[in-house]
Amino acid sequence: METAAKMKGYIEIDQELCKGCEICISFCPKDVISLSDKLNASGYLPAYFNDDGECTGCAICALVCPEVAIEVYRG
Amino acid sequence: MKKVYARPKSLKRARFHYCPGCGHSIIHRVMCEVIDEMGFQDKAIGIPPPGCSVFAYDYFDVDMAESAHGRGAAVATGIKRAYPGAIVFTYQGDGDLAAIGTGETLHAANRGERITAIFINNAVYGMTGGQMAPTTLLDQQTTTTPYGRDARIEGYPIKMSEILALIKGAVYIERTAVNSPANIRKTKKAIRKAFQTQIDDLGFSLVEILSPCPTNWKMSPVEAWEWIDKEMTKEFPLGVIKDVTGKGNAD
Amino acid sequence: MDGNSAIGEAAIRAGCQCYFGYPITPQNELTEYMAAHLSRRKGCSFIQAESEISAINMVYGASLAGVRAMTSSSSPGISLKQEGISYLAACELPAVIVNMSRGGPGLGSIVASQSDYFQATRGGGHGDYRTIVLAPSSVQELADLIHRAFDLADRYLIPVVVLGDGMLGQMKEPVEFKYEAPEELPVRSRALRGAKGRPSRIIKTFTSKPSELEEINWSLYRRYQLIKKKEVTYETFLIEDADLVIVAFGMAARIARGAIKNARADGLKVGMFRPITLWPFPSEELRELANRVKNFLVFEMNMGQMLEDVQLALEGKGEVFFYGRPGGVIPTPSEVFRVASRLCYQKGLK
Repeated sequence: METAAKMKGYIEIDQELCKGCEICISFCPKDVISLSDKLNASGYLPAYFNDDGECTGCAICALVCPEVAIEVYRG
Repeated sequence: MKKVYARPKSLKRARFHYCPGCGHSIIHRVMCEVIDEMGFQDKAIGIPPPGCSVFAYDYFDVDMAESAHGRGAAVATGIKRAYPGAIVFTYQGDGDLAAIGTGETLHAANRGERITAIFINNAVYGMTGGQMAPTTLLDQQTTTTPYGRDARIEGYPIKMSEILALIKGAVYIERTAVNSPANIRKTKKAIRKAFQTQIDDLGFSLVEILSPCPTNWKMSPVEAWEWIDKEMTKEFPLGVIKDVTGKGNAD
Repeated sequence: MDGNSAIGEAAIRAGCQCYFGYPITPQNELTEYMAAHLSRRKGCSFIQAESEISAINMVYGASLAGVRAMTSSSSPGISLKQEGISYLAACELPAVIVNMSRGGPGLGSIVASQSDYFQATRGGGHGDYRTIVLAPSSVQELADLIHRAFDLADRYLIPVVVLGDGMLGQMKEPVEFKYEAPEELPVRSRALRGAKGRPSRIIKTFTSKPSELEEINWSLYRRYQLIKKKEVTYETFLIEDADLVIVAFGMAARIARGAIKNARADGLKVGMFRPITLWPFPSEELRELANRVKNFLVFEMNMGQMLEDVQLALEGKGEVFFYGRPGGVIPTPSEVFRVASRLCYQKGLK
């Protein structure tokens, strides 16, 4: 179950760049991104990082984010 | 922890004006990554079309000039002939490249112009509000095919990549999509290869990219990304359509 | 040398690096000359494009990259180029466009005509812009004006139209080329050459802010005012004592010369005012002339186009008459002489 070296990661989502397209949410393999219920300044409901330590820093979210709103850290 | 994903250098820090889930944003970013990795930001000259991406010059940090609708391939030809040292690319939609620009595209390919065409296929005319494109699927509803595209009246979706494959001067043509992580990675590889074809002076290269248009398809971004797999790839199969680069200048 | 070939030789000597064209009678000798002589020159490029539309857009591209570029065609092909010319004017890009005009409208005829005057001098395409228009009337002048066209285009960052016609293109006359191509062909500044060592450059006019576009238009307007002040060119022939002045351009002026010589032999005091820049039109100079001369005969190979500019220029001073033959019919000097004669008698100018 446990791999020898388990990667941990975290992401930062720029809430003001996000347009709430939910693509990152649909592709995240660990389900650690959720949709906020508070509108950002542009009138979108942005995504936010909602993690309990599951994120591996795979960066799929950043890869699919059209707005380049996500930065990924891994270690 | 170290940062493993950041904005490419040649992508300007402007907020995209594109719709949520639009393929342009992904493709711009991926192209800029390629420009950075291959190191030709100071040699690149890009020609965006009239269309949603008319403002591409607000995002690509390279020399750019606007073009008349459909004429990108001719403009790019003029630039490359005048200054062969540049890496010249067009960025064109399905109307631009496959309707009004068919003549220019075919003949630039026929002359084997050392330019790279990035062809954004979203099966609709985005900027002008969702009219039929040459690549609109049969039965697809658009504002000028309100009853669904009827082959008898409106013809069939046109497969530009396959048509261009018949042209000797076109040496590398691939069709990709940007609706999943795997497809985005493949798109990036294809774009790399297309530019390498130009740099290696082999001939005309084109990447056709199936791109989501949630607004004019009247779907959510997630649905639009799925529709590409469910419907578009049935008509427009992904993959390498033509690659004769391995054989150098042979046809 | 025939006029068409002379254009080609003149362009090469003026440092033209790129020529993109499409076959159309009566200018094919020019396209073929460039194929023979430009295509193999170092750093130069010749393409027989797939259409006149592609050709003008290739010129736009070459001009973007900072080199001297030229295209040519005849009337219907020039119609096709109008969008491209509008873009060149909008983006302040130099280019030379040669029109060896033929009979129109429509497919028309393949012989000489002057029916593209409006097309040439009113911008021709969409939007509020002008191009400089030069009208030669001999093969020598054709060669000289091609050189001047490239210089004007670069100096004012504007497309320049050289308005010839089918006859001028086909005529063979002695011509002397007074200049050589430079060793190094220079690259224009503010060109797209890749953003090396400088911020990336954008060349466009499309904007979502009307006020931005307004400013672009006014800036073009100011440039046009400058050109009007500095570049007006015309020629006069025997006007010092003329009672009747023929106003004609291009080939019509050649024909009118013959008519005037006959008239003078008959004791009629006829002269000619020949605009060489059709835009900017020598309005002030013509109006000046109308202080003394009260009768003008506009003679052109069309249904009356420069006629309107003459009427506008004179602002009601003097009487303006018109003689024209449209459709590619070439009038003879004796025909024009008869018209001028009759006019002189009618007006009591004998």
